[in-house]
Amino acid sequence: MKNKIKKEKEKRRWNSLYFLGIVIIIYLFLFCLNFENASNSLRASTNILFKLLPVLFLVVFLMGLLNYFLKPKAISKYLGKGSGFRGWILAVLAGIISHGPIYVWYPLLKDLRKQGMRQGLAAVFLYNRAIKIPLLPVLVYYFGIAFTVILLAFTVIASIIEGKIIEMLEC
Amino acid sequence: MNKINQKDDKKQKNIGFSLYKSLKSFGSSLPVLIGVVLLLGLFHVNVSPQLISSIFRGVFVKDVLLGSVIGSISAGTPITSYIIGAELLKGGVSLFAVTAFIVAWVTVGIIQFPAEAAILGKRFALKRNLISFILSIFVSLATVTLLMAVR
Repeated sequence: MKNKIKKEKEKRRWNSLYFLGIVIIIYLFLFCLNFENASNSLRASTNILFKLLPVLFLVVFLMGLLNYFLKPKAISKYLGKGSGFRGWILAVLAGIISHGPIYVWYPLLKDLRKQGMRQGLAAVFLYNRAIKIPLLPVLVYYFGIAFTVILLAFTVIASIIEGKIIEMLEC
Repeated sequence: MNKINQKDDKKQKNIGFSLYKSLKSFGSSLPVLIGVVLLLGLFHVNVSPQLISSIFRGVFVKDVLLGSVIGSISAGTPITSYIIGAELLKGGVSLFAVTAFIVAWVTVGIIQFPAEAAILGKRFALKRNLISFILSIFVSLATVTLLMAVR
């Protein structure tokens, strides 16, 4: 069993390295074909990365704190199989509050999943990242308050539908 | 087995160890995250809002689907999707298509898919993105229909 997990981990590690390798190869090709475009893209990427750094630190710090304060038992109580209604609400709120781009939260969710978090709740969390409180004024500015309120309500409903479907498909 | 668990528990009580563990766990995801950031850079430089606007044609069903598809492929801060969405509205594209576009932009991530699959599992990522894609159409239909009823 342990060997199997180790093998799976090794496989994932290589998969992620392959992915990075392919992206680097695309860049190398682009550098040969259109140097300016490639260097602009690289500059845009560096900009994104610098903007990301504070969020990355926050995520690592939060992961550490969660590791420290929340034992797997607590996680399965609040976010695990028997978490019930409270678990769904918690996942919705955590998704809304969380900052930064979606992909920086994957490692944290992976950690929580390993410790017993329900799959559906991970999906609910990710879906509710669509609602970003600091961005709401912008949404209201462009589309009006009625549109914003209705859209947000349906986003929360859709997130729970998605979580439920994912859990149904799991069985 | 119990002894090992106890040892782990003791270690977990140390905040430094917890931070180290989270750093290690994060580090293993770093190659995919860097790959995604590099793809986003390519996207920023090569896909302009004008290019996205030029794709819509004014056929209702097709435009709603297109909204979801383009939103799914696109990535970046949601503000960009609001700005493009507002431009599309001004250009005569239906609010249904624009809503589907905005919702899919944040809930479906084709560019982030490799990262999601590598870290959270291929099956989970596939299911989540597929359901989110379908839901983006329903959320758009429900939102705009209710909005029209309220007004």
